[in-house]
Amino acid sequence: MTRFFPWVVTSVCVVILAAWAPLLDAALAPKRSILDNGLVLLTSQQRSLPMVSIELLIEAGSRYDNEEGVANLVARLLTYGTKRRSALQISDTVDFIGASLSASCGEDAASVSLTILKKDLATGLDLLADILTASTFPQEEIDRQKQAVIAGIKAREESPGSIAQRRFAAALYPQSPYGRPVEGNEASVKAISQVSLQEFYQRFYRPNRAIMAVVGDISQDELIRALNQSLRSWTKGEPRGKPLVPSTIGEAQVIRVNKDLTQANIILGQQGISRENPDYYAIQVMNCILGGGGFSSRAMDAIRNERGLAYSVYSYFSAERSRGSFELVMQTKNETALEAIRLAQTEIRRIREESVTDQELSDAKDYLIGSFPLRLDTNRRVASFLVQVEFYQLGLDYPERYSDLIRKVTREDVERVARQYLHPEKLITVVVGNQKKIGEN
Amino acid sequence: MRRFISGLFLWLFSSMIAVEVSRATAVQEFVLDNRLKVLLLEDHKSPAVTFQVWYRVGSRNEKDGKSGLSHFLEHMMFKGTPSIKPEEYSRIIAKNGGRSNAFTTSDVTVYFATMSRDKIGIELEMEADRMANALLGDTYFEPEKKVIQEERRLRTDDKPVAALDEVTSAVAYTVHPYRRPVIGWMDDIQNLSRQDLVDHYKLYYAPNNAFIVVAGDFSTEEILPKIKAAFEKIPRGPEPPKVRAEEPPQRGERRVFLKKEAELPFVMMFYHAPNLKSPDNFALDLLTVVLAGGRSSPLYHDLVYQKRLARSVDANYSSVSMDPGGFSITAQLMPGKEPPEVEREIDTLVDKIKSELISERDLQKAKNQVESSFIFAQDSIFGQAMKIGSYEANGGWRQMDQYIDGIRRVTREDIQRVAREYLDRDRRTVGMLIPTKDKT
Repeated sequence: MTRFFPWVVTSVCVVILAAWAPLLDAALAPKRSILDNGLVLLTSQQRSLPMVSIELLIEAGSRYDNEEGVANLVARLLTYGTKRRSALQISDTVDFIGASLSASCGEDAASVSLTILKKDLATGLDLLADILTASTFPQEEIDRQKQAVIAGIKAREESPGSIAQRRFAAALYPQSPYGRPVEGNEASVKAISQVSLQEFYQRFYRPNRAIMAVVGDISQDELIRALNQSLRSWTKGEPRGKPLVPSTIGEAQVIRVNKDLTQANIILGQQGISRENPDYYAIQVMNCILGGGGFSSRAMDAIRNERGLAYSVYSYFSAERSRGSFELVMQTKNETALEAIRLAQTEIRRIREESVTDQELSDAKDYLIGSFPLRLDTNRRVASFLVQVEFYQLGLDYPERYSDLIRKVTREDVERVARQYLHPEKLITVVVGNQKKIGEN
Repeated sequence: MRRFISGLFLWLFSSMIAVEVSRATAVQEFVLDNRLKVLLLEDHKSPAVTFQVWYRVGSRNEKDGKSGLSHFLEHMMFKGTPSIKPEEYSRIIAKNGGRSNAFTTSDVTVYFATMSRDKIGIELEMEADRMANALLGDTYFEPEKKVIQEERRLRTDDKPVAALDEVTSAVAYTVHPYRRPVIGWMDDIQNLSRQDLVDHYKLYYAPNNAFIVVAGDFSTEEILPKIKAAFEKIPRGPEPPKVRAEEPPQRGERRVFLKKEAELPFVMMFYHAPNLKSPDNFALDLLTVVLAGGRSSPLYHDLVYQKRLARSVDANYSSVSMDPGGFSITAQLMPGKEPPEVEREIDTLVDKIKSELISERDLQKAKNQVESSFIFAQDSIFGQAMKIGSYEANGGWRQMDQYIDGIRRVTREDIQRVAREYLDRDRRTVGMLIPTKDKT
């Protein structure tokens, strides 16, 4: 029971990879190298604190599943037993040095994060190498983690927002791994065998499918020496996966989920753009005006500030490899759900049909450019950022280019991308709430 | 807690591990003529400055029937002054590349923005303006009331664990205002008037009841004159009334059940515990780590790993609260498990800490975890400012200096002693979430 309720904003305009001001570039001075085994290594030396943050991305996400839930279970089990260490030995080692080590899984990639004091780095790298090259997937641990995953699937049903997200993804990407939950479902998880996990690990956990970013109190040279030593048994395997374009995109539909809630949790969404699309920057500016700009957005004005219908209203384009989505997300009491949906639809139509003002345009651009360095205010965030820069092949000169990419977006660009990518007639609408109180259209 | 729910900064408060000893000493303190205190921490690791104004007012200062007043006022502080139009504050910060927000707790109300060094003056001016000149405009009162009610639905009413937390607090405290939720009861929010807000603002929003924390990439010589110019002209206010409520000692365990649509049962044990004013705060802080710090801790290892009774388990204690707070142990159950079984298991493990000394190695492990988290937390400028502010609000920022030494001095016997003294079943409240199925 926490006396404090410190909910604090972190993301306003959702731009995973947005601007990065030149002044920051000098301070970060990222360096890139490729180890003999194909691992891409990005480093940024930061001497101010005696700590090191490591982010590792491995192209071993759920899109590579043969059975639903394998990739996720492999990631979860990485820290539960290797040839040299039991699960308890791993956790005791991590806890004793006060480090944090975690592994998780997404659709495209799995990730491993380690934050550690500089003085314990050798221990940390040894542990990292161990889980990357010598995980054993003991049956007993598999049974435990299967139970934990199934409990997690249940626990998520308690969160109306996450129910809505899952229903939206399933509707947008039917027949695609991107439309399925990374965790799989209860039946599929139960059916996974030890052999499937070991095979997945052997096949996809390979250095030439991985990107490692290291930020903190260590130089690139020191690190390369250490990694060439500790990761020498991690050998190349199958090359990186080719982009997987979803074969079908879901049509306009209304999905209602009945739950005994006081609020309706609403998503209006559709296909967006992939990260490679050159319109990405114009889209960011446009979305900032529509619903990404926090208190300054049109959706926030219309739905929260003017009418008090919602506490949280925002929109974002999630731009990933070979796919992307647009979503406008809000919650309002059941009784005003339909009114809020109509207002959101109006705003989506309006940004297609009416000009944005010069003021809106310049405010959005100034916000995107000016706020970017604030997103990179910790070593951990810088490490995640560097991994993304590499994953989306933006290049290390991306920081220098970025402000210009945003600055040169014109009013015509904003209006064009609004018309080109927002399609009110194609919106998928998900409403989780008390359907009796929400009523009919 | 005004904006979106993207980040839960509980860690800032749950255990006290953010500012290194040397950091506290690096803080510079200034007091303006109107008694406004200014705390500055220069740190040039990233090109940003966090500017925060802390008001010493929160739900602790509210009365029955007026719960949620401080939080409501926080929302209305964004509705303009004679020189800044409603909602214009956020727009101005955003277009200058900054990020801003505010939050309310039981003890304090805090406004903040993070911006680049050359822009932070804009925030500073606007904070000074709204300290003295907020309009709390009538036109915006009713729509904002609705927004807050939506916020309550989002954060509490439709969140089973948050709802359990609320009702458990309401039972754990009988007299002290900590029994009321920060956001307020729904009916109280409905019944608040604009005049309530105006009175609250006049009473509590004054330089002598506030302080400023600035952390990050700035120079003291540059920023201090700007702060003086903007804030020193604001006159002192009256001395706000003291909160004198004291929670009487609890004599006998209390239990509360919440039946609500949910998937998994949840158990919450709340024990009354002292705050910073007690030297036991260090041992209590370590006790959370001894019990539940990491996968190798006894609570996790036994309940989550070995017996698979719980999906997650946690221990929390916060020494920084104005009045004595609590030590809590929480667990979300695995499907099919029953709360009484989990409760018994937690009690068995707690009893073991009371009856047997933990090993020297386990004590060292807990201390190592606290010390490394302490260093990791310095990675964030915002986190550092939050830490300085939390300490200042509760006894003074200089107490940060004692933290690591205090932790290092804790012995195995201290751990046993505080477990015996404070984890007393007669002084706890046990809250249980009992999932029910859909009734729509």
